[in-house]
Amino acid sequence: MTQRAAVATEGATAARLPDGAGRQRRGAKQNLIGWSFALPFLVLFAVFVAGPILASLGMSFTDMRIADIRNPFAVDIVGFENYAALFQDERFLRAAANTAYFVVVAMPLTMAAGLAIALGLNQAIVKFRTVFRVGFYLPVVASVVAISVVWRLILNEETGLINGILGVFGIDGPGWLTTPELAMPSIIAMTVWRNLGYQMVIFLAGLQAIPLMLYEAADIDGANRWAKFRYVTLPLLRPTLLFSAVITLIGYLQFFEEPFVMTEGGPLDATLSVSMYVINQFGFGNYGYAASISYVLFLAIAVLTFIVFRFLRPQD
Amino acid sequence: MTKLAAPRLNTESSVQPPPAPSARSRGIWLHVVLVVGLLVMVVPFVWMVLGSFKTTAELRQLPPTWIPENPTPENYRELFTRLDFPRYFFNSTVVAVAITLGNIVIGSMTGYALAKLDFWGKRALFLLVLGTLLVPGVVLFLPQFVLVSNLGLVNTHLGLIITTFAAPLGVFLMRQFMLSIPDDLIQAARVDGAGEYRIFWNVVMPLCGPALATLGILTFLGAWNAFLWPLVVATTEELYTLPVALALFAIGQQETNFGLLMAGSLVVMLPVLIIFVLLQRYFTAGIAMTGIK
Repeated sequence: MTQRAAVATEGATAARLPDGAGRQRRGAKQNLIGWSFALPFLVLFAVFVAGPILASLGMSFTDMRIADIRNPFAVDIVGFENYAALFQDERFLRAAANTAYFVVVAMPLTMAAGLAIALGLNQAIVKFRTVFRVGFYLPVVASVVAISVVWRLILNEETGLINGILGVFGIDGPGWLTTPELAMPSIIAMTVWRNLGYQMVIFLAGLQAIPLMLYEAADIDGANRWAKFRYVTLPLLRPTLLFSAVITLIGYLQFFEEPFVMTEGGPLDATLSVSMYVINQFGFGNYGYAASISYVLFLAIAVLTFIVFRFLRPQD
Repeated sequence: MTKLAAPRLNTESSVQPPPAPSARSRGIWLHVVLVVGLLVMVVPFVWMVLGSFKTTAELRQLPPTWIPENPTPENYRELFTRLDFPRYFFNSTVVAVAITLGNIVIGSMTGYALAKLDFWGKRALFLLVLGTLLVPGVVLFLPQFVLVSNLGLVNTHLGLIITTFAAPLGVFLMRQFMLSIPDDLIQAARVDGAGEYRIFWNVVMPLCGPALATLGILTFLGAWNAFLWPLVVATTEELYTLPVALALFAIGQQETNFGLLMAGSLVVMLPVLIIFVLLQRYFTAGIAMTGIK
């Protein structure tokens, strides 16, 4: 949740960074005052966030195991061995393929569903808009673990809600989470359900920023609804789409609570994600190896985010 | 105006007071679709709440029931007496409150320095905050765990708290908000002889109410729902937070106890859902403040 919020402004704020230009020269006193405000953050941050980012990279080049935890500097450096092993590791390749499958299917579905709901709610005639907004947003704020537990029960083969409803119509529902081919689609459906409310809020904000004037001008030109959507709404939503795509991409590439709770990665590794594999390897005590997996994921996130930025950034 | 004759020009217009018949029928369809969508969103929650009051026998019954035939609080009693949910609830509360306070205090101080003070290294600090806003937890937790265990903090409340006590998001959010506070106000206080710390505390902070509320809610939510770090650091049941306990029940020995898991899920969700329904305007404010207009 905390990670999602802030990417959009990165470009916007970097441009207007006030850096003391034009002000009087800073004195020692000013430096002291400034740092006295910033120091508590800097210390905690350096030790618990910035340090670990580098340490994680360092660990990925060692054979560190759980036994080395008291002497983390006494481990052997193995160079790129972990990374080489990774691409021979069938379970990792399976996890990478599963993660790609999840992102490629769930991301567009979530964005499209959120946009559709936002377009619907943005119509002036919709009544009780707040009720709808709260309803669609509920699963976003609820604990993902609790939601996953409930969906594990909903999708249960014998006594779940879905198969109960199907049973009323005489249909014998399958084991949604126990059939290898169905487990991932089931998790994707749940994920889309859970996250579309967040997309809805972002898209609603984006839609409300589009000047009504533009639609009136399109009306005068005799544009139909599709034309207005295609030539007014979509182009003006571009920054919103970028934000939404980046947030979704970064979040979805790391997905793991859902399979952890709903399927434990099964059946037959069909829902094992990369993040979950990192945690598995950590659980086995293979710290160096786990670090190398996490760094590959980190790199993939950075590269893919960059690509999305290139594709969707506002065109002048 | 018939459907056919309705002028193309204004069917979409939302400012036109009397909607044309075609717009009205579209409005009805729109509402039907949205209501069905809303049902899909809400039914799982309703099913969970109703199910949490059913007996195990009723939950296994075919065809399944909606309304509990013999409503019983047994599942909740079991959570809070036989299982250790009061302790998990206590752990979750302590951890989430501490993390929220930490981020509010440290986020405001650092955000103030970045927005309103001038000092050497400020730009580098800001870039550091920006650059690490989105670093995934899965990259951090391994070295964090090695560090925390060498500090002797594994399986302690402090260990659960310390890694997210000062997160970049809080700094970023407070900086963005404080930029909008007029410099003149701060200058005027300086002219009046107020010290820098007094200005921060008595002049700037009282103006930050909405931003502090938003940051507080977002942080509390994130901390309450956090899973990966508590899962790693809490190695015995005494330190489990609610999501960790619930997840381990769901894949462990309580796996088949549906009523208990539904009641447990409700207990985990309820505080956050109450906060959300009461304070929902701050959630949209949060999205607005972090960049989207």
